[in-house]
Amino acid sequence: MLGILASVTVTTPAPDASPPEPLAIADVPSRADRAFRRVTTGAGLSVLGLLVVIGFFLVYRSVPAFRISGFGFFSTIQFDAASGQLGVLGLIYGTIVVALIAVAFAVPLSILAALFISDYASGRMRGFLTGLVDLLAAIPSLLYGLWGFSFLRPYITPLSEWMTSNLGWFPLFATKPGAVLFNSMFVAGLVVSLMVIPITTSVIREVFTQTPAGEKEAALALGSTRWGMVRTVVLPFGRGGIVGGSMLGLGRALGETIAVSLLLPQVPVVTSHLLEFGGATISGFIANNAGMSGIGLNGLMAAGLVLFVFTLATNFTASVIISRSRSGVGVDA
Amino acid sequence: MTTVKDSADTLGPDENTVDDLSSADTVDTPERPAAPPPVRRRTSATTPQDRWVALGCAVSATLLTWFVMHELLTSPGWLADLVVAYLLYLAMLYLVTRDRLGHLAATDRLVSAVVVSGAAGLLVPLLFLLGYIVTKGLPSLRLAFFTHDMSSVAPTDPATATGGLHAIVGTLEQTALALVFVVPLGVLTAVFLNETRSRFRRPVRIFVDAMSGLPSVVAGLFVYAALILPPVQSGFSGFMATLALTMIMLPTVTRTVDVVLRLVPDGLREASLALGASRARTVWSVVLPTARTGVSTAIILGIARVVGETAPLLFTSFGSLSMNYNPFGDPQESLPRFVYRYIKEPLASAQERGYIGALVLILLIFALFALTRLIGRQRWSSRRTKPRSDR
Repeated sequence: MLGILASVTVTTPAPDASPPEPLAIADVPSRADRAFRRVTTGAGLSVLGLLVVIGFFLVYRSVPAFRISGFGFFSTIQFDAASGQLGVLGLIYGTIVVALIAVAFAVPLSILAALFISDYASGRMRGFLTGLVDLLAAIPSLLYGLWGFSFLRPYITPLSEWMTSNLGWFPLFATKPGAVLFNSMFVAGLVVSLMVIPITTSVIREVFTQTPAGEKEAALALGSTRWGMVRTVVLPFGRGGIVGGSMLGLGRALGETIAVSLLLPQVPVVTSHLLEFGGATISGFIANNAGMSGIGLNGLMAAGLVLFVFTLATNFTASVIISRSRSGVGVDA
Repeated sequence: MTTVKDSADTLGPDENTVDDLSSADTVDTPERPAAPPPVRRRTSATTPQDRWVALGCAVSATLLTWFVMHELLTSPGWLADLVVAYLLYLAMLYLVTRDRLGHLAATDRLVSAVVVSGAAGLLVPLLFLLGYIVTKGLPSLRLAFFTHDMSSVAPTDPATATGGLHAIVGTLEQTALALVFVVPLGVLTAVFLNETRSRFRRPVRIFVDAMSGLPSVVAGLFVYAALILPPVQSGFSGFMATLALTMIMLPTVTRTVDVVLRLVPDGLREASLALGASRARTVWSVVLPTARTGVSTAIILGIARVVGETAPLLFTSFGSLSMNYNPFGDPQESLPRFVYRYIKEPLASAQERGYIGALVLILLIFALFALTRLIGRQRWSSRRTKPRSDR
């Protein structure tokens, strides 16, 4: 800046010369600008158009399924294309239960991990852990599913047995006598929670690190302990981020496919016995029935549409909560 | 808010104060020596005493757990031991610290311990996951995996004979083709969101957000029903997978580039515009070069997002056992499809094939990630101030 100024002073003509002609300020965009505007607008609108096409096509192809089943589509548990009985209730139930189990496990752990990264770890450790969380989020869900399927599953079964024999009085942990306890919605939820943790952690950490340093220092200067500082400054500031991050994790858990398709038998069922064999989710069911055609395919499309609407609703709620909260300004999650 | 009076508990014992138990009192005592020796206060959170206390608590919690769970009761398993020992440790730590420093400091130490173990709970699964896949995949990984396909390998052959070249080629081709669509469209859309004043910006931003919520399996189903089934009937091919992957990758790249462009200082834009450059020129010569590292990071993150995506491939590229270099015709294999195919089989040697594929996939992701780190590190070294030439 200074350099430009200096060079201008050097080249200024003698002061007695007439002042330079003022340039006309025009608001008319140049030709390059118009082309630029057209190209970028075209790109933006094509993204908009792509989603409209997807949505329209999904609706268009699901109409036959809705027409056959009517409102029964949402109140029938069984999805059986051969007998023309299409229902999505069992699938929706399984999807929501698995996602809720996943989020219930993931969120407390994520809050702790995010707190550690933002307020407890030293400088180098913080950089390392931030990268690690990003790396964890980039590991394909296929690998989590593979690991949960072949390594974790045998370890969870004894846990389920212990829970049902000691905590069986609680309705959710009850099982029928002699029931098989592997491949349950509980196991699927645990494995999905592993994939959700990196995402929720990274959103919550993002919000925690934006806590104004002045307020933290003020709390410390008033003599509070680190926990006192976290409790009175960081957590209230990050409340919106915690809720929003959890919702984003929920959105991710709802759409999770491969792990669930490996772990669950994909037979739609509505049961409160979460520890027992059984259950199906929309995405897993679609993946396991890839070869379907005819009215069954229409039913799958309708189920996919329902899933899309669900994830859309959670994601939008999440972004609204994040952007309305004090900490959410400028956070893109 | 904590009152000032509490601070006596919280300042913590000084490094040099040997009589640690009374250090809380020393802080508040008014009758101090007139000229205290210049003691440098250590601001670090832990002191040697703290570490000894933590170690002692850990040892006694372990021993107590062993005594109670194995001598008095019959332990149901190592997990139960771990939980009991952890809870005992927390209780002991709290009580001991409360005895030394008061309840405020004790609560602080308790929460610190819980937070640290929470972070460890994040780290442990990753290490387990990595170790598991490496130990399962590495023993059977041979150079042959990178040189031939599965068409000449019988299902009963040992896992060391596995060939994965067809899967690697498929993954590379499908991802590269997806990049051809995503990079121009994603960057232009991000530029549209940031650098123009169009009234469509808000709806486009909302729709990009919505699209990132599109479940990948639905993207695959859409391509299957729209392009592969009768009205169009183009058949399974790698290109169909590319289209599905594009839908998944586009919002990721657009949103990340959008964030990166937002970080470019407005002063740079204004300077460029004030010098008479057009908006197009400003974006091309000032905004994008400034954000170059961020944009390349966004692209690599997008690749990492789709390279392990499995669900849409079941509907689009379908997968095959033999090499297919042409992504525009006939089914094509890719690494995630390869892993998914073999992991579902009951045969042990087939499952090992799956683990080899998973190992190669994880190495690929690691390489991509190392690349982002490398690019991010070079941020400042490449921008050299140009020597002034006008003098």
